[in-house]
Amino acid sequence: MSPLVTIRNLDKAFPGVQALKQARFELLPGEVHALMGENGAGKSTLMKILAGIYTKDTGEIHIEGVPVDIPSPRAAQDLGISIIHQELNLMNDLTAAQNIFIGREPKRAFGLVLDEEALNRNAATIFERMHLRLDPRVEVGKLTVAKQQMVEIAKALSFRSKVLIMDEPTAALNNAEIAELFRIIRQLKAEGVGIVYISHKMDELKEISDRVTVMRDGEYVGTVPTISTSVDTIISMMVGRSLTETKTEVRDLPQHEVVLEVKNLRRGSAIRDVSFSVRKGEILGFAGLMGAGRTEVARAIFGADPLDGGEIVVRGRPVRIRSPRDAVRLGIGYLSEDRKRFGLATGMDVASNIVMPCLNRFLSLRTFLRLRAIRETSRSYIKQLRIKTPSETQETRLLSGGNQQKIVIAKWLARDCEILFFDEPTRGIDVGAKNEIYKLLNALAAQGRAIVMISSELPEILRMSHRIAVMCEGRLTGELPAEGTTQEDIMRLATQRRSVTDAGAGAAAKG
Amino acid sequence: MTTIVEQETPAVIKSHVFSQGTWQKILAFASLIALMAVFSIASENFLQRDNIIGILQATAVNGVLAVAATFVIITGGIDLSVGTLMTFCAVIAGVVLTYWGLPMPVGIVAAIAAGAVCGSISGTIIAKMKVPPFIATLGMMMLLKGLALVISGTRPIYFNDTPNFSMISQESLIGAILPVLPIPNGVLILFVVAIASSIVLTRTALGRYTFALGSNEEAVRLSGVNTDFWKIIVYTVAGAICGIAGLIIASRLNSAQPALGQGYELDAIAAVVIGGTSLSGGRGTILGTIIGALIISVLTNGLRILSVAQEWQTVVTGVIIILAVYADILRRKGQG
Repeated sequence: MSPLVTIRNLDKAFPGVQALKQARFELLPGEVHALMGENGAGKSTLMKILAGIYTKDTGEIHIEGVPVDIPSPRAAQDLGISIIHQELNLMNDLTAAQNIFIGREPKRAFGLVLDEEALNRNAATIFERMHLRLDPRVEVGKLTVAKQQMVEIAKALSFRSKVLIMDEPTAALNNAEIAELFRIIRQLKAEGVGIVYISHKMDELKEISDRVTVMRDGEYVGTVPTISTSVDTIISMMVGRSLTETKTEVRDLPQHEVVLEVKNLRRGSAIRDVSFSVRKGEILGFAGLMGAGRTEVARAIFGADPLDGGEIVVRGRPVRIRSPRDAVRLGIGYLSEDRKRFGLATGMDVASNIVMPCLNRFLSLRTFLRLRAIRETSRSYIKQLRIKTPSETQETRLLSGGNQQKIVIAKWLARDCEILFFDEPTRGIDVGAKNEIYKLLNALAAQGRAIVMISSELPEILRMSHRIAVMCEGRLTGELPAEGTTQEDIMRLATQRRSVTDAGAGAAAKG
Repeated sequence: MTTIVEQETPAVIKSHVFSQGTWQKILAFASLIALMAVFSIASENFLQRDNIIGILQATAVNGVLAVAATFVIITGGIDLSVGTLMTFCAVIAGVVLTYWGLPMPVGIVAAIAAGAVCGSISGTIIAKMKVPPFIATLGMMMLLKGLALVISGTRPIYFNDTPNFSMISQESLIGAILPVLPIPNGVLILFVVAIASSIVLTRTALGRYTFALGSNEEAVRLSGVNTDFWKIIVYTVAGAICGIAGLIIASRLNSAQPALGQGYELDAIAAVVIGGTSLSGGRGTILGTIIGALIISVLTNGLRILSVAQEWQTVVTGVIIILAVYADILRRKGQG
């Protein structure tokens, strides 16, 4: 059988990053081919190139044996390639049928009038082919996420797609919905459609995929048949890189006081019964895959999002945190993964951002800003954290990611927070600046601050943490000591889904 | 600039030659000078002292309203109610002074307080009930217009029993000291309001939060700042300033005209925008707003002197607004 898609020696660079190095991939007709790798391994980049969203630097793409160029999503559609993104791209106020045929509506009366009847009929035909019971006239916004995904699949089929790329399709689905999705995938497979399935969930891959290709750091690692390969083998292919960085010496700190304790935190399906504690001077690593609920936990403790239930104890005292203001008063700071959206007022200068959480300290007569004091304080942080900026009056949007991150850190240092949540502190930061951030985190812990560090980079977690908490799908699946823990151990917990892990989670909660 | 730790990158140096806001002030100020030059060449009457004072006099009300609107617009909001709120405050002054016969200071305080209360109501609707500023203040605009008519019985209220009331905008305190400069008090009030507002915006916590709200409200909230409270305060301050505008206009007309007011909000917003304040929030200056208000007055005055029909004056003002904002967009694009 000749392959539907063959990708060879593909390179792609973004400013500052080589996203793909000699990447390879092959897809057969009627095959479900899983694409795996850690966050940042290059899976999505590779598939976005196939779907025409990015263009390749060098390399070859063959579709049914013919070399092709895919300069745009439109070109990909014409070649029969469709991608279904993790974030669905639907217009919520239009009906299912209108969404499917957007831009290609059937028309009447010399193309002047939309033929709504034909539109709904055509959509109904596609739904029938999928054995899906769905009214084409229903507004998409009123459908469940699962049904919306079906609409996306129907849209892909309406292009007569031979290649369907699905990026984490089950992230927001429950078990019944996943079963429905798998039924449709099997049916498409039987019709000869090739499906690329990007997912982190091992049990799903075992169930649905025929072959698995693993990528790591933008490179091809290998392709194996799913049936005859163990989960452990796949995980070790994913994390296979040897740790070159030296590990910081990790001491256990049982003698130190517990400053933050969280018990049975709950919110919908995002946070399911999470309990943990952090000691003074400790860095607690929070590992897990994207969407595991780590950010949600941090934001909930910080009062940025509401909670359904649970208890938060700060320095031995039970507290209620209703807003970030309450959290800051208790000495809790949160450094968001998305600095530009949640961390900085990017249009304002360095000094304004640094003193934002503690402006009260810089007022005379409780009204007027003590500009000189603000200047001196911000200069001292610029010096202390070695922030590269021409002056404290520079707008923060003009600085590099690493320096912006340092400004966010300075903000919370100026506020003198004892408990700090760092959410992906080194995302989008170049290697040199990363090391500086690491040193800073170590110094902060040594000063006695309690730090929770959320990170998707396993080497970073292993290098920095005293203890490691691992989350999967809103639950804390385990707590590991830094000593002797490997990337494989963490990955196993991070991909552990409910069905497999009930016993393990119970044991971990006690630890 | 003494704390540079390491060599700065060229991109950083480039953007530092003109700091933020400098460009827009230069641009607006240059347009004002250019306009005045054109009109003074076209007509020798233009630069006459009386005409210049007339221009300033005409700027007083719109200028004060524009200062109020500047506060709100810097937070990324909009206030459509400034015009009718001004009228409402004037009517309140009329009720207190003429109907109730209370002393003048009480009337002044009442008008400003009425403005502050209405502003705080708008602010609460926006901050707590999460109604978009456009809708909330559109509602307030109509509500206040109606209330002004109801309270006044749809008739103008004259201040004949309070002879000193006209002093608020008509007489000239400066002229009494410096007879060569008979600048009316209304203009003096504008400058006092502008300077005070400028100090509030640049030197106080309220000002800092005003900019911060417009720059990135969510980041400010996550810094532990009570964003709802500060937003309400901003609208309250803007409302109080509208109360001052109400006093100026009532004093100038020696009456509270309940039917007046609608339309003033658009002139005020136009002045703010011409002055380089961004409608998306986060940046803006009072100086720019004052220059913007002056540009509108100079244009109206100059075109009238050149006997251009009133309807064409409006057309020209419209074109100027679009050009001013486009110039600002070009400037920002160039800055990258």
